[in-house]
Amino acid sequence: MSDTFVLPVGPQHPALKEPTSFRFKVDGEYIVDADLRLGYNHRGIEKGCEARTYVQDTYLLERVCGICSNAHMTAFVQGVEKLMGIEPPLRGLYIRCLMGELERIHSHLLWLGVAGHEIGFDTFFMYTWRDREVVMDLLEMVSGNRVNYGMQTCGGVRRDLDGVQITQLLDGVAALRARTPYYLNLGATEPTMVARIAGVGKLPKEKAIELSAVGPTTRASGVQFDVRSDDPYAGFVEHIPFTIQTDNGCDVLARVIVRAKELMECYNICEWILRNLPAGEIRVKAPRKVPEGETVSRVEAQRGELIHYIRANGTDKPDRVKVRAPTLANWPATLYMLRGAYLADIPIIMAAIDPCLSCTDRMAVISDVRGGEKVWDWETLRQYGIEFHRNRGIKP
Amino acid sequence: MDLFKIALYFLVYPGLLFLFVYSTFVEWVDRKLFARFQNRRGPLYTGAAGLLQPIADFVKLMAKEDIVPDSADKPLFNSVPVLALAAVLASGLLLPVWHFTAGMQSATSFDGDIIVMAYLLSLPTFAYFLAGWSSASMYASIGAVRVLTLLFSYEVPMFLAILSPAVLAGSWRMAVIAEYYQQHPLMLLWNIGAFAVAVVALQAKLERVPFDIPEAETELVGGTFTEYSGRKLALFRLLTDVQMVTGAGFLAALFLGGFPGGLVPGFLWLVVKTLAIVFILAAIKAVTARIRIDQMVSFSWSYLAPLALLQLVVVILVRGYLP
Repeated sequence: MSDTFVLPVGPQHPALKEPTSFRFKVDGEYIVDADLRLGYNHRGIEKGCEARTYVQDTYLLERVCGICSNAHMTAFVQGVEKLMGIEPPLRGLYIRCLMGELERIHSHLLWLGVAGHEIGFDTFFMYTWRDREVVMDLLEMVSGNRVNYGMQTCGGVRRDLDGVQITQLLDGVAALRARTPYYLNLGATEPTMVARIAGVGKLPKEKAIELSAVGPTTRASGVQFDVRSDDPYAGFVEHIPFTIQTDNGCDVLARVIVRAKELMECYNICEWILRNLPAGEIRVKAPRKVPEGETVSRVEAQRGELIHYIRANGTDKPDRVKVRAPTLANWPATLYMLRGAYLADIPIIMAAIDPCLSCTDRMAVISDVRGGEKVWDWETLRQYGIEFHRNRGIKP
Repeated sequence: MDLFKIALYFLVYPGLLFLFVYSTFVEWVDRKLFARFQNRRGPLYTGAAGLLQPIADFVKLMAKEDIVPDSADKPLFNSVPVLALAAVLASGLLLPVWHFTAGMQSATSFDGDIIVMAYLLSLPTFAYFLAGWSSASMYASIGAVRVLTLLFSYEVPMFLAILSPAVLAGSWRMAVIAEYYQQHPLMLLWNIGAFAVAVVALQAKLERVPFDIPEAETELVGGTFTEYSGRKLALFRLLTDVQMVTGAGFLAALFLGGFPGGLVPGFLWLVVKTLAIVFILAAIKAVTARIRIDQMVSFSWSYLAPLALLQLVVVILVRGYLP
């Protein structure tokens, strides 16, 4: 154990719920260097969008991710609405915003539990996930689904809220509001938990800006950056009051605190929306074809800024859709945080950005394998696969 | 007749059969308590209230495919689980639960058996190290190194802590120590600090949260046991359960006044006292996060070891000044 050696984490590893591959050069318990390989979970969704109509794409893009499905859907329909030049009615915008915030609640509660699990605090995991069921039930009541709600559509939202639902939503949010300070208190004071997260994964403010970190990761480094106020959408700022939650701790503890504070802010937003929901239509009719043009649509997903780029060519199918998920923006910061850390801190540092690999994954083009050809036909690809596995103990 | 009793002692109580059955029961208690602490239900379906779940898990694991890595040190890899299990089963025989030869020394109760007991309870730790080391896997190797680092941090406080009741009772034999405290129950209060240290050290010895550093799932996959599967893994898991029983019994004999009253009352005392210790262990497991290995070392040497030493000083003073 005298010299450094390489510890692979992934593509399959208990700390990773989805496949990606880290190569850690470790010296005993210290990480000397960290390297990342993407490309294990590429599904070709962007390309798939080009072959489908805008309506179909809405549901395809929702399935980019199970946790932030609503954020992807919102980003896409917003972009398309911008290209079409239509504006959803106010009630539709408010419900759109409500779905986003409910989703943020479920995602942050999920994340708190995962963070607890990564540092071996399973009780924390069980408690937060039990309470997450409250918001999951609310989401199911509103949309009919626990994940992939299918609520957004070009021109507004697809389901309205009635009085009974609003009462139940208010009750559920009030129950969660009563529970959340306990987690904030626990996360910030339980000695073994604090020992594991305070001072771990330091990301100074300048570095966070330099490495373009997004979402709670950057807000925990004291950066006032939130798309909801910087580039308001779905009724934020001009209608819905909201404040950015930041913390100056720059470590994992600060990320726990920021997320817990954001939860409280989400409850405020939800209650405000439910109490001030305007009457009226929930959507306007959208045309099938989108006029030529291109646009960028930004949404503050739970993990940070989510960007959709859409280029339309005048037909009912997009010419190009490009997704920049928040996790991709957070990878450089993660690698920075991992260098020099303890081996034991790998899981929690990685979990602290709330990575979503299925959102993020890119195809890796290794152009020098076969003479630099970038486009392979099916037969070449098949041959390459057979040869690749020939000497690896797997029968082709 | 003596031969029959010895066979009974070795095979039934407190030997093989008892240790196997009782350790699965203790695992069930531990799982159930841990689940209730976490707002879960725990095992439910196998047997009444899931009582047979640990046995079902054991049988299932025994039937699974047993894989030995090509590059592993095979003789060592294969023999370690059996040897370690033998060590903890032997430690069960030393528990002062049933002495048909009470009053005189025997092979299972003698002056200095407290040292032998501590030694036998330490052997599995070395087995874990050897298991991880012989696996020739990155995760297992790091786990093995962590096992040893962990050992160096909790073993000294553990040994210092068990000295305290022995010094106060003036004996190195568990049966005599237990008898002393049965006659002077109030003297147990002098050992509370040592008891706390010993319980924490036992938690570390059993590699449970917050000290499950060598097998931290999210960091090291399975730690030292990454490459183990099937029968050998089943033996390792049984070993941990038996170690929990004998470790808890050891502490109960030293710190809680042992198991008085002969066969049946002694058995009941054993169950009550070990379960009380298991309750504490499960509570610690439920309310803490896993600490880092460097934090463990500094915690042991800046809190556990000084506390154990202080306790020893107190006990020596008490022994000197009290009648």
